[in-house]
Amino acid sequence: MGALFSFGVVIALVIIALVGVKGAHLQALFGVVIPYAAVVTFFIGLIYRVVKWGKSPVPFHIPTTCGQQKSLPWIKHNKLESPATGKEVFLRMVLEVLLFRSLFRNLKMQRSGDRVVYGSAKWLWLAGIVFHYSFLIVLIRHLRLFTNPVPSFVSLIESVDGFLQIGVPNLMMTGVVLLAAVTYLFLRRIYIPQVRYISLPADYFPLFLIMAIAATGILMRYFIRVDIVKVKELTTGLARLSPTVPDGIGSIFYIHIFLVSTLFAYFPFSKLVHLGGIFLSPTRNLANNSRMVRHVNPWNYDVKVHTYEEYEEEFRDKMISVGIPVEKNPPAEENKTEEASEESEGKE
Amino acid sequence: MAKPKSTKTPKPDELSKIDYRPPEKQWMEVPVEFKPGTYCYGARPKYLEEVGFPNPREWQPYEDDWKLPDNWKDIVLEGIDDRLKKYRSFRLFMDICVRCGACADKCHFYIGSGDPKNMPVLRAELMRSVYRKYFTASGKLLGKKAGARELTMDVFKEWWYYFYQCTECRRCSVFCPYGIDTAEITIMAREIINLLGCNTDWIAGPVANCYHKGNHLGLEPHTIQSNIEMMCDDIEEITGIRIEPTFNRKGAEILFVTPSGDLFGIPGVYTCMGYLMLFHELGLDYTWSTYASEGGNFGFFTSNEMAKRLHYKIYAEAKRLGVKWILGGECGHMWRLIHQYLDTWWGPADFLEVPKSPITGTVFEHAKSTKMVHVVEFTADLIRHGKIKLDPSRNDHLRVTFHDSCNTSRGMGIFEEPRYVLKHVVNHFYEMPENTIREKTFCCGSGSGLNASENMELRMRGGFPRANAVKYVNEKYGVNMLANICAIDRAALTTLMQYWVPEVEVCGVHELVGNALVMTGEKERTMDLRLEDLPGKEEEEEDV
Repeated sequence: MGALFSFGVVIALVIIALVGVKGAHLQALFGVVIPYAAVVTFFIGLIYRVVKWGKSPVPFHIPTTCGQQKSLPWIKHNKLESPATGKEVFLRMVLEVLLFRSLFRNLKMQRSGDRVVYGSAKWLWLAGIVFHYSFLIVLIRHLRLFTNPVPSFVSLIESVDGFLQIGVPNLMMTGVVLLAAVTYLFLRRIYIPQVRYISLPADYFPLFLIMAIAATGILMRYFIRVDIVKVKELTTGLARLSPTVPDGIGSIFYIHIFLVSTLFAYFPFSKLVHLGGIFLSPTRNLANNSRMVRHVNPWNYDVKVHTYEEYEEEFRDKMISVGIPVEKNPPAEENKTEEASEESEGKE
Repeated sequence: MAKPKSTKTPKPDELSKIDYRPPEKQWMEVPVEFKPGTYCYGARPKYLEEVGFPNPREWQPYEDDWKLPDNWKDIVLEGIDDRLKKYRSFRLFMDICVRCGACADKCHFYIGSGDPKNMPVLRAELMRSVYRKYFTASGKLLGKKAGARELTMDVFKEWWYYFYQCTECRRCSVFCPYGIDTAEITIMAREIINLLGCNTDWIAGPVANCYHKGNHLGLEPHTIQSNIEMMCDDIEEITGIRIEPTFNRKGAEILFVTPSGDLFGIPGVYTCMGYLMLFHELGLDYTWSTYASEGGNFGFFTSNEMAKRLHYKIYAEAKRLGVKWILGGECGHMWRLIHQYLDTWWGPADFLEVPKSPITGTVFEHAKSTKMVHVVEFTADLIRHGKIKLDPSRNDHLRVTFHDSCNTSRGMGIFEEPRYVLKHVVNHFYEMPENTIREKTFCCGSGSGLNASENMELRMRGGFPRANAVKYVNEKYGVNMLANICAIDRAALTTLMQYWVPEVEVCGVHELVGNALVMTGEKERTMDLRLEDLPGKEEEEEDV
């Protein structure tokens, strides 16, 4: 089963980091070399993917129109679902990228006796939104480790995130919420038979990886404490490109940073690139204006066609016989006899 | 495999029992089964030869040997590579799916069959798995663990079966958070399949006809004229007015192009009668063309190149005849192509003028580049300006609902115009449930060239969600007429209704316009366009 395989891979990653640091004392490898390599892979890989997509042209103008087109002035045009201008497309994309508009439409098909009904189904959308935004906030909070002084917006987000003021250190909600959301996404993959049927190891792996990242992060912050001053020394060193590896940071930190590095390096080569792909999706990022503005296909080549002349050549007599105008009239006498014979045929 | 015995489509109550549980076996391990009634026959070689398609030969999908060239695998892989480089949609949609499953229960074929390979995500995975194996590093290295698989003959047959179980309706793309459009993948898959000559007869025949004779049905010029004259005979019987339309007339202001389905067969011809009556009443300076006698384009169901070849005729004929602009009839995929492809293929149409209604003076700015206006847009504008007299009570025997066609909905966005027209020509209009109309509308189940009679079980399954929603308004409001703006719908929904909801008939919007249109000098109407008595009108006559 794909899930077990992916779970095994994530466990193996944890063991590799643990053995590497505890057994082989490769702190510099796991704390510096691998993180640098991962970040470089992430950026180069992502750029490579986006450039590769960008190199394939968009030959046809194929927006999916989800609302009324712009046509007659007295008909209310749906600007967000069927955008006609660049500005309207931008707004549609904002809704897609920031609010997952299309997923919000989701319905669940159910049989109710003879009827098929389509009920509201917002859980996937909700879990998706919560997952992505809590991940984003966790990521922003981590900027504290790479900056000195810490930017005020990072501190602000932290104070909002921790406003419940539970425990010492203060509980950050997003860490827990992230773990909960990713767990939900995993459970629906297992429990919905259709979704389980389509799931690949590549679908479970990032879920387990992110679960492990969140779990090690939470463990490190609340339970297996590490020396935060030394961690910050290492991370700011990374940010300043003058890395140092202080002694005495707990192994849990190296496991965490190794898993994060894996996620970064894996990102561009996996389905996670949907982050970049959504912006390029031609069913969403084009205006529904293709009768107003001509869309140019860069490889539009000449094709063999059947011309009117060829058509008339084949059917001239029949056309003349029923009085359809033609370009080239045959001699008059021939014309007459044809007319008589074809007339009856045409009636059948 | 032997030739299947002629199959009987199961009864509706049997067909509607659908098991949605996926099989125990992983999908790559489940081989494709060619179940009679769920696929179309292979294309006859003469049709492929006529348009120069590759590998013409006698073959059938149920046979073991598909008679492919020895290097078929190379042809397929090169075909994929070529299209990855030409279509951003294809490359992107191969890469970014996260298999969230939001599309799964959006497909009418999945809802009607329960076959998991009809879930859009899995349909696309049929192709993606091969893409990964030959075009991605992870697929090459990790194979099945990365969701990759070898291209084998069984895989190719599976493609054929399931990419001819997608009607390119785009409903899944409405719900996909990344806008992945299975239609794009199906279009690519069919192009690739056709590189090996594995077309269906039902598509290849109309393509060959359309290429040489100008329309899918293969109607020759004199037949087009006589068919329309027969409609004019009926109109004369109904209204007392003789209409004399013109053909291939140079110097007309407008060229009118409609799907050939409107010229032949019931109920398409009634829609056509509606156009004829409307244009006559307006005194419109327009012409038919026997050369550009097809608005639809079955070429689109084979390859983009073939689609482009077939759609050449419309602008070419407009130029030859010297018209100012083009008016298009009620058709689904025709309008997707006119709206999203035609100008790109054959534009700029700078020999035409920006369409302007000679009756209302309205300039159709939204069509200023293609110079083509949808007849429903044209009629809605007429009604808005009060330029035609309508008596909707002549449609009082009908309780009407409107089926949004896939292509005009999700590939154009024409939702309000047909509703505006309908609400002015009928008194009894009812919408189907909101999650089954407009951008969420369900396919007739027979689009994209699947409406062959040997494919009946599949068509009835695919049309099940649409029919189920019609049944609901039939039972709730007594709806007995399903209006639409698509020629394939008019043919396919008729069969679908006879199977699932026999109380309901099917018509084009302009049939209802024709019924309601009060024409100058007409006699008292006692019949509708179907030559059926108008209830009440007969008695009135007798009383007088």
